[in-house]
Amino acid sequence: MRAVENALGITVPDNARIIRNLITGIQYVQDHVIHFYHLHALDWVDIVSALKADPAKTASLAQSISDWPKSSVSYFKGIQGKVKTFVDSGQLGPFANGYWGHPAYKLPPEANLMAVAHYLEALDWQRDVIKIQALLGAKNPHAQTYLVGGMSIPIDPNSQNALNAGSIAFIAGLSGKAREFVEKVYIPDLLAVASFYKEWAAYGGGVGNFLSYGVFENDTETNTANCWLPRGIIKNKDLSTVHPVDHTKITEYVTHSWYEYKEGDAKAKHPWDGETDFKYSGPNPPYEFLNTDKKYSWLKAPRYEDMPMEVGPLSRMLVAYASGHKRVKEVVDGVLKKLGVGAEALFSTLGRVAARGIETLVTAEMLPVWLDQLAANMKKGEFRIHNGQKWDPGTWPKEAKGYGFHEAPRGALGHWIQIKDGKIANYQCVVPSTWNGSPRDAKGQKGPYEAALIGTPVADPNKPVEILRTIHSFDPCMACAVHVVDLAGKRITKIKVV
Amino acid sequence: MEGDSLFDKLSRRGVSRRDFIKFCSAMAATLALPSSLIPRIAEALEKKQKPVLVWLEYQDCAGDTEALLRASKPTVGELVLDILSVDYHETIMAPAGTQAEKSLTDVVKNHKGKYIAVVEGSIPLKDGGVYCCIGGKTAKDLAKEVCGNALATIAVGTCAAYGGIPAARPNPTGAVSVKEAVPGITVVNLPGCPMNVENLTATVVYYLTFGSLPALDRLGRPYFAHGKRIHDNCERRSHFDAGQFVRKWGDEGHRRGWCLYEMGCKGPEAYMNCPVIKYNEGTSWPVQAGHGCLGCATPNFWDVNTPFYRRLPHVPGFGVETTADKIGVGIAAVAAAGVAAHAVAHAVRKKESKEETGTQGDKK
Repeated sequence: MRAVENALGITVPDNARIIRNLITGIQYVQDHVIHFYHLHALDWVDIVSALKADPAKTASLAQSISDWPKSSVSYFKGIQGKVKTFVDSGQLGPFANGYWGHPAYKLPPEANLMAVAHYLEALDWQRDVIKIQALLGAKNPHAQTYLVGGMSIPIDPNSQNALNAGSIAFIAGLSGKAREFVEKVYIPDLLAVASFYKEWAAYGGGVGNFLSYGVFENDTETNTANCWLPRGIIKNKDLSTVHPVDHTKITEYVTHSWYEYKEGDAKAKHPWDGETDFKYSGPNPPYEFLNTDKKYSWLKAPRYEDMPMEVGPLSRMLVAYASGHKRVKEVVDGVLKKLGVGAEALFSTLGRVAARGIETLVTAEMLPVWLDQLAANMKKGEFRIHNGQKWDPGTWPKEAKGYGFHEAPRGALGHWIQIKDGKIANYQCVVPSTWNGSPRDAKGQKGPYEAALIGTPVADPNKPVEILRTIHSFDPCMACAVHVVDLAGKRITKIKVV
Repeated sequence: MEGDSLFDKLSRRGVSRRDFIKFCSAMAATLALPSSLIPRIAEALEKKQKPVLVWLEYQDCAGDTEALLRASKPTVGELVLDILSVDYHETIMAPAGTQAEKSLTDVVKNHKGKYIAVVEGSIPLKDGGVYCCIGGKTAKDLAKEVCGNALATIAVGTCAAYGGIPAARPNPTGAVSVKEAVPGITVVNLPGCPMNVENLTATVVYYLTFGSLPALDRLGRPYFAHGKRIHDNCERRSHFDAGQFVRKWGDEGHRRGWCLYEMGCKGPEAYMNCPVIKYNEGTSWPVQAGHGCLGCATPNFWDVNTPFYRRLPHVPGFGVETTADKIGVGIAAVAAAGVAAHAVAHAVRKKESKEETGTQGDKK
């Protein structure tokens, strides 16, 4: 959508900018919380250990870190009862065959019980707060409201079929609820859990280069760099310089990917000239492992100035921090101080987990700001949601090309389009999980997942919870297969990352 | 605890009898059943053990998994902890790798012929299925083993039901539906992009209550969810009949909730209960939010319903006595009379409504 807007020189109305910020904003908040509690917490939290917790001590612990009103003895006793009933049923469902009792689990039973309680609370909370997106975008997941040139949700304070004062109140209520949970549950839990796993500030660093396209636009220019979370690149963990982003410096290799370029595997291609022609050369399934010296992935290898880049909340927070973003700097410094670690701790598995929480908090704080902007436009009779000047393909030039930048919750997302005779001639997406999950390139450079796993200790190769901690910290998009290879090139274990 | 009913389990979690009956009533409503059947639903749920369910993801975007997290009747917490035993779901399960694979093989071995398989995503058949492998096995072989030994398979989302977006022209990986990948198995299709999760929970409850699967249309979709045309239940239908159409995004008609037919709405050819149950606990659905229906529960919607924003050429017009079986995938001859009638009515109304539409919203 933004790639087409860029190709055709379309500027969206201010309301479309604001609504896009609100939809993306609540998506960040909800998605990051789900990631923490439902996709990542069980790498750190031992559910079975929660059965041994003393509910009274759990309540004291919870009350010592937050004034969240639910944290009573009877509440935690009730949660523990539920877990016991569930475990006693013998049908453990998705929790069966987990790594419970693994020596890498460090939380005391009380902290485990508190986390399990909030795992359940977050399930209900996420269902509720995401209704902001459903109101603005028809449904969630898969909002149906994005148009080239704007949005399709009408605005009119005097209509029952458009965004009106009632909608503003609805969004205000839910964004308050979103923020409260983040402030009083997610952030305190994150700090509490992190304090038991400080050694993870030394593992999982990765490639040390960080890319952010910038997100939450302050003006309506397509691909504007004027974003609330800034655009930029950090190279080699050097926070003293933020480099600008030039989309023409982005290329993709297929040297180790199951594709072929007409000009061969040695050279990378810019997405405008991108080719996606399959050429599978891996083993015939079923197979046990893949040979990383050859082609081994369906992902291409994106590079910026020929360098691998990490993308995601850590990249966004580092770029903002290094750019002197006031609020981000305040919160990051506060978290570092609480954990008693320096800024270098950010380049790690723990840093990635913390950055996601920090971003959630600062984004939740912005929801009312964007909502106020929408209400102000409404008040002055500014109802436009769409720029229809180029809606009819008959108005388009014979040929056009464009690109669109966005920051999805899990990282930098770019689309590149070539249009010929009103039709798509080429379309390439370079998505967050291809940056982070990138296979090696022509020079043999590893992508962020692969680089981050080097040096991670694994106590039991059959129960590799430590590997999951680092891979999950990136919030990988897919249910994919990662093959871990030790230094001798011998397969040590096969991990399905989910 | 093994012999406990669902209600026993729920009551230990603090769910009252009253709430339980409320849940049963909500189920009856989703299933479009008379209220006299509520006690029967309650009775069935109270007796049943937690049925085992496995959830498989292939060529998908996890949109249906995300939808599962939005379930409200019952909630995903209740589904996972109390109602079902979700023994395998790559996105939400705790173990990974060999331990995760063990969870799946355990189900196939220990619950053969008794578990429910849910499949999200299409299955690629081209080139021996190399385009989707999990743990080195092809999606096709996995689905054959897991769905082939299941009591029944529920294909969630349009990709699993009909191939969906991966199967869109030119279908580079040879993506097909579950039914095509594993012929001969019992499949309930719950298409949609993503599926509406309330239809999934309703299908499960239908089975628990009646001991059989819901009646399906010729596209394998339950009548309770896909038996009526969106157009016929649409909150904006009166504006269609009155010839009041949105012509520009944000015009006066758009702000006043007029019909989105001219903006490309596929509601006249789409069969789903979106207007009745909506999404996110009844918060909204596309037409309510000012965007036309894309017909995302229609086979090959990506190919047959594009361009999405072009007005449908052949709208069946008036009359509610139609189903997907009669209309078919394309537009059956039965529609012809309606088209003519509508074209005339439309021409007249277009003239009438011209002066009323959208200047106020396009000030600048």
